[in-house]
Amino acid sequence: MSSDKTDLARRHFLKGVASVAAASGAAAAMPAWGGNTLSDAFADFFQAHYQRMTAEEIADTLERIERKAKRRYGVDISCANTPAKENVVFGYAINISKCRGYRDCVHACVQENNLSRDTQYIRVLEMPDGSLDLLHADHYFASEEVPREGHYYLPMQCMQCDNPPCVKACPVEATWTEPDGIVVVDYDWCIGCRYCMSACPYQARHFNWGNPKLPPEEINAKTHYLGNRPRPKGVVEKCHFCVQRTREGRQPACQEACPTGARVFGNLLDPNSEIRYVLEHKAVFRLKEELGTEPKFWYYRDA
Amino acid sequence: MTLLYLFRDAFREMLTGSWRYWAWVAVLLLMIALGVWFYAQQVIQGLVVTHMSNQVSWGFYIANFTYLVGIAAAAVMVTIPAYIFHRKDIKDVVLMGETMAIAAVFMAIMFVVVDVGRPDRLWHLIPGIGIFNFPESMLAWDVVVLNGYLLLNMGISFYIISCHYGGCDPKLRHYFPFVIVGIFLAIGIHTVTAFLYSANTGRPFWSNPLLAPRFIASAFCSGPALMILGLQLIRSISNYPVPQSVIKLLAIVMTVSLQITLFLIGVELFTEFYNEGEHAASARYLYLGLNGFDALTPWIWTALLLIGIATFIGSVHVLRNNVFLLNVACVLTVVGVWIEKGMGMVIPAYVPTPIGEIYEYTPSFPEIAVSLGIWGMGLLLFTLLVKAALPIECGNLRRPGVDAPSPICPVSPEKR
Repeated sequence: MSSDKTDLARRHFLKGVASVAAASGAAAAMPAWGGNTLSDAFADFFQAHYQRMTAEEIADTLERIERKAKRRYGVDISCANTPAKENVVFGYAINISKCRGYRDCVHACVQENNLSRDTQYIRVLEMPDGSLDLLHADHYFASEEVPREGHYYLPMQCMQCDNPPCVKACPVEATWTEPDGIVVVDYDWCIGCRYCMSACPYQARHFNWGNPKLPPEEINAKTHYLGNRPRPKGVVEKCHFCVQRTREGRQPACQEACPTGARVFGNLLDPNSEIRYVLEHKAVFRLKEELGTEPKFWYYRDA
Repeated sequence: MTLLYLFRDAFREMLTGSWRYWAWVAVLLLMIALGVWFYAQQVIQGLVVTHMSNQVSWGFYIANFTYLVGIAAAAVMVTIPAYIFHRKDIKDVVLMGETMAIAAVFMAIMFVVVDVGRPDRLWHLIPGIGIFNFPESMLAWDVVVLNGYLLLNMGISFYIISCHYGGCDPKLRHYFPFVIVGIFLAIGIHTVTAFLYSANTGRPFWSNPLLAPRFIASAFCSGPALMILGLQLIRSISNYPVPQSVIKLLAIVMTVSLQITLFLIGVELFTEFYNEGEHAASARYLYLGLNGFDALTPWIWTALLLIGIATFIGSVHVLRNNVFLLNVACVLTVVGVWIEKGMGMVIPAYVPTPIGEIYEYTPSFPEIAVSLGIWGMGLLLFTLLVKAALPIECGNLRRPGVDAPSPICPVSPEKR
């Protein structure tokens, strides 16, 4: 009802705070808190939810994110907020008769998405032939010895559910589904309660228990606000279908890296896309479909 | 004006006491200092100082949180007999039950606060300046009912205390509606807390309609057990008259709840294991160990043993009426339920993970230290509130100008 009004009031309040902060920051113009300026620290603290920011506020925020990366890692990054394209909903399908368990997707993802070196969005499970019981999976098989006789490989990552229990769980709406079907996290709004992690049936969410271990020389400088920009400690993150690439018409890093061509990614709304071909012509299945989360992530076998 | 006097006298009362009172306060302050120091480490380094992981993403903090919500809810076991069944004797201790609820909710909220990765962003929860995902998120529901319950209990207790202090009679019709709301909210806080877990269909150990009833049942074991111990302590320290009939009623409540709890555990064990499937993996991990991992197994069997012994003591008339044995049963219940509903309920849902990985968890020292600090804060809050309330309830302390009635505590209360 009066949500616009409260929004406006809030914005005025925050603007006031920000300008006071800016003034004091400019007056002092000295770096405090490890090179952070007072005005940046205030702006960080009072930063609004991504979906509530005006274009102007977003522009300021993106600049601030770039400044912070420079301060923290000494690296010049660019942070975009490319919106979802119209008539695009992304989906993924994996051909498990082609996957050999090399984990090239895993490593490409780590590199592309500026992951802390102790975090991986993709997990490849080594499964014994004849079973789909995940309890029988080996999560830590040696990539050098694959493929192993009598096993097949099951890569898992965020399934970008159409009915995502994690989004429902979040008490502050720090995670939501974008129009192109990607479930994203506002790392600057997340309070770190980790309820979404308990809600996710696919173990797709990861928490920054400490400061991310990100080697500055390996940073991917092309980043997106909802994607691979450097994350702070104490917040949740997850696979976002490489939003910084896919919204520009490119394939996700994991798809590009796969040496066996097991990964098919594309626009579910485009009847001529490869993913649509797979869904229409292969016997596909989804994991834990019975939970009703409607994953946009399918598996299939040849023949 | 009365309020100013009340605050002045209450603080004066909190700051005067025997050496034993100060020794107790000192112990609590020490616990708090330990907790604060380790919490500072956690804020600086992140939750990496805990042993939680992406696999087991909630641990000791949330286990304590769950247990304490139960303790808070159990206050209805005095408010219902006092206000619905008009038990005069219970009415004399209802304030103590509500004070316990206040301290327990306070601790529960603190356990959530220390569990959060970004405490600096907690303002994001405030509707208006933040975004509160209500009614979608069960966590948002929990925030609402817990804070509501806290405020309600504070309000009712404060009304009664300030009325007594100012020399007036608290009018039941003034606060009866709040008492009724409080009773529903008490059941509500624990039910919502159970829903917080059972809502997660990806974790079959939690996703179980029996969880809420089990929570309520076990809360009515540990809550009355703590009250029995606390009331006896207060009686012996302050001479505040706590009729034995109160203890007896609470002992029966505890016993019946223990019996129901054991029954519900049995029901769950049957369903999990008779036709054991994938859904039972967590239960197998908890009770028997899974693929050679069994860190929780000794704990849960200890808990069942403690609860079993307590049930036996409570169920045999002569044993229950033996003061010493009743106290033993209470201690066993408090500890047993703490294990069963805390670590025994929270951790197995993460082992194995929904994608079949087994990764065990035991709390780190900083986690235990921070938790001790919160228990210290809660006990201190309870101590201070009781310390200030006792002379008022005894009739020794009244606002200047108001005649004190004849005190009901036989000897003037020795300073605690």
